Amino acid sequence: MPDTALPPDGWIGRPMPRAATRRLIEGRGRYTDDNAAKGELHAAFLRSPFPHAAFRITGCDAARALPGVRAVLTAEDLAPFCRSWRTQSLAFPGLVSPEQGPLARDRAVYQGEPVALVLAASRAVAEDALELVGVEWNELPAVTDVAHALDAGTPPVHQGLSSNLAWRTEFGEGDVEAAFAKAALVVEERFTFTRHTGVPLEARSVLATYDPAAEALEVRMSHQIPHQMQVHLAELLDLPMGRVRVIAGDVGGGFGIKMHVYPDEVAVCAASRLTGRPVRYVCDRIEALMADIHAREHVVQARMAVDAEGRILAFDVDDIQGLGAYSIYPRSSTVEAMSVLRTVGAPYHFSAYRARLRCALQNKVPTGQYRSVGHPIGCATTERLVDLAAAARGEDPLEFRRRNFLPEAMMPWTNPAGGRMAELSHTATLAEFERLLDLPKLRAEVAAMRAEGRCVGLGFSAVVEYTASGPAAYGRAGVPVAAMDTVVVTLEPTGDVVARASVAEIGQGIQQGIVQVVADAVGVPPSRVTIHTGDTANAPHGGGAWASRGAAIGGEAAWGAGRKLQAEILKTAAALLQSTPDALDVRDGQVVDAKGTPRMSLAELASTVFFRGHELPGGVQPQFTATHQFRREEDLFLTTNGLQASLVEVDPDTGLVTPLRHWVVGDCGRLLNPLLVDEQVRGGVVQGIGEALLEACRYDPGNGQFLTGTLADYLLPMADNAPDVTVGHVETPYSGSALGAKGAGEAGTCGAPAAVLNAVNDALGSRGARISELPVTPTVILRALGTLEAAE
Amino acid sequence: MELPDESTADIACILNGEPIRARVPLRQNLVDWLRHGVGLTGSHVGCEHGVCGACHVQVDGVVVRGCLMLAVQADRATVETIEGATSSGRIRALQDAFFNRAALQCGFCTPGMLLQAAELLAKNSDPTREEIRQALSGNYCRCTGYHAIVDAVQAAAASLRA
Repeated sequence: MPDTALPPDGWIGRPMPRAATRRLIEGRGRYTDDNAAKGELHAAFLRSPFPHAAFRITGCDAARALPGVRAVLTAEDLAPFCRSWRTQSLAFPGLVSPEQGPLARDRAVYQGEPVALVLAASRAVAEDALELVGVEWNELPAVTDVAHALDAGTPPVHQGLSSNLAWRTEFGEGDVEAAFAKAALVVEERFTFTRHTGVPLEARSVLATYDPAAEALEVRMSHQIPHQMQVHLAELLDLPMGRVRVIAGDVGGGFGIKMHVYPDEVAVCAASRLTGRPVRYVCDRIEALMADIHAREHVVQARMAVDAEGRILAFDVDDIQGLGAYSIYPRSSTVEAMSVLRTVGAPYHFSAYRARLRCALQNKVPTGQYRSVGHPIGCATTERLVDLAAAARGEDPLEFRRRNFLPEAMMPWTNPAGGRMAELSHTATLAEFERLLDLPKLRAEVAAMRAEGRCVGLGFSAVVEYTASGPAAYGRAGVPVAAMDTVVVTLEPTGDVVARASVAEIGQGIQQGIVQVVADAVGVPPSRVTIHTGDTANAPHGGGAWASRGAAIGGEAAWGAGRKLQAEILKTAAALLQSTPDALDVRDGQVVDAKGTPRMSLAELASTVFFRGHELPGGVQPQFTATHQFRREEDLFLTTNGLQASLVEVDPDTGLVTPLRHWVVGDCGRLLNPLLVDEQVRGGVVQGIGEALLEACRYDPGNGQFLTGTLADYLLPMADNAPDVTVGHVETPYSGSALGAKGAGEAGTCGAPAAVLNAVNDALGSRGARISELPVTPTVILRALGTLEAAE
Repeated sequence: MELPDESTADIACILNGEPIRARVPLRQNLVDWLRHGVGLTGSHVGCEHGVCGACHVQVDGVVVRGCLMLAVQADRATVETIEGATSSGRIRALQDAFFNRAALQCGFCTPGMLLQAAELLAKNSDPTREEIRQALSGNYCRCTGYHAIVDAVQAAAASLRA
């Protein structure tokens, strides 16, 4: 049984601002590029200008001769210093993803793939030198369109492949054919989801320093998982793990973009090893948009069977995923597609499911895990079908959802898609949602706006998210990913507590959450707790920031470590006070007796232990550093649920969609800090609105050239086109842990695209237009309205 | 390796209230000089093509994109960065409001956002949410979704009016 003795009136659950943001507000953040190393070289990459080409580097002499240039490096130069890698997973047997190295050799398979590297005294000089590198390019046919990547006769993405199929699977349970045969209603839609990317405002950046005397590598990088990078860099550069230190200082946003092994970052580390000099590299924005992972390129054909009473019977889904040129290392891009197909139908009860997946290689940058991995696609698919069914039955879309929500009494339940649903609160969440929206009033407002001739729509989405992945998720696949975390807490001689954690701070505020947990676990105010994260030399191994895991996993580790330290404090204090641990407690930095009367401050206790140890009774050896490593043994994922609503206005003349307002009610278990959770939800929602309306990585359909390489072409939500977001909560603590926290950071992104898509369709329904494509750009709207001719 | 052959020019300006002279590469933009030449790393580089606003600094009293202006153009100008605005105390109310309202996450956009918000409040002591959103539309934030930022600017405006 978990130790669930959370103190009454504790710090857990309080909406505290993040102490760490004071530095950021005053311009005192230290992001990777804010650190310079003595003697450093600056790197710039020559990247393939073509999506697919054979190439030969014909001359580096002119570049090398440029004053200020230290080296021009190719794949051959780095090979002795760095192993190659190949993405494999027992979860995806037979996955086709060829060997990769830090620089391409002979053949580039996506635009932006690094093919050579210049090291120079400044970035400007390094970029000058790139223009002097002689390369003979032989452009080859490129495959970019996912819908045709698997057609017979399409040229191969990699030399020697007979097809561009990277992986395929079919799964599901129940008799799908029978369900559709007996259905009173079948709704069907073909969805197109365009690639987009995460765009953390701080681009990926790395400062690698290899010390040839110590045979040790120190890497500062903007990354979500420093411990993962330590594992991979040690392996790829053939160094003992203890001689690789990875430091992620302040990280300017991650969203999944900074949790992979990128060729350019590995190349910088290898280049430092080759030269024995520090090497600094920062992606510029064009490189980031072109060569950061992309995500969510899917063509989904889906249908849903409904009986005469309006109950969902079955889903039948066919997904083609645009994978890119490689399956991303080490986790594999296919994870996203499996997440899509596990998310379909997740909020509801149904009895049959069939999923068919084909992952297509393309001459495009690899796709990978981006915030709410795959869920927004599965959610949009499901929620659009649900709205179509409700409309076909002539009923309210929320009533259709209410009838079909998985009843609480049935849980835990593994649905026919293989998703295990546990401790969800659909009924309570819907009740809170209806209260928060004041639906009768809202619907009257919508009617009034329509009476004025405004084209407005209200759309809903129900969300179930799989969060805080357990050890089996990657463990069974044989992929070295830590689903556990380590927290070390120390009582200092002053009575202050220092925590060192393997969780990673990327702006989400997990440091503050951990501080509040440690404060309660030990019995000190948060102002007496200091936390250090983001450095492999500082905390033992752990998972970092992904899958909304910080509170649910890192938080448990912090609680466990804090309780161990408190037990040791009580044992030591009892020995000094001639009492027993059971008769004492620690509150607000004081050891107190059963009546709450202070007996000794932690400062007195700790200074005695550290500085006047001779005063301690014999045999007392206080252990004022406590470590807890936590892994969850039950529940592969922690499922969370929620509902979202979007109110949009469409301009039928220009096709522009303006989101007016957005509402979210979510249940992410215990809220460690509601202020920070609310802002995670809001930020996630707006990222989802970007996905729904603006963001697209586009390629020329003719020559495969990347077209959206600037932020003037790749559009992001701005202050003046993002709506206010109203947030509410239902709190169902996870029963299997001390804190009861589940994942919170991605649910906003999961449900927003679906709600916006339904809202746009609600707005256009009376005009006979129907949209099943994201992002819903003005062109998409005008084509649906017939104002513009349809695309080929 | 030979030293790079960079064309340079000498500039003199007032930076965060102090006179400074420097020799800068002709092609270096203002934010790169501030960050790497002077060591004021509070201004950030998000896009280098004038869209995101992370590089905002104030030049002669006006907020500008530090990536679209060359360092040589700052010759004889008065330049203030987030560091100077912080130490002078002129954006304290905004900073406190951003802190209390959790109006930042990763913090990368925040210095530019604060300078832009301060420029708004200098012109309009009681802006509506729409006016705040309009004024900040040239500053991308990828984390917050802007709602908390708008709240914080409103709160700062209210505290300055009180």
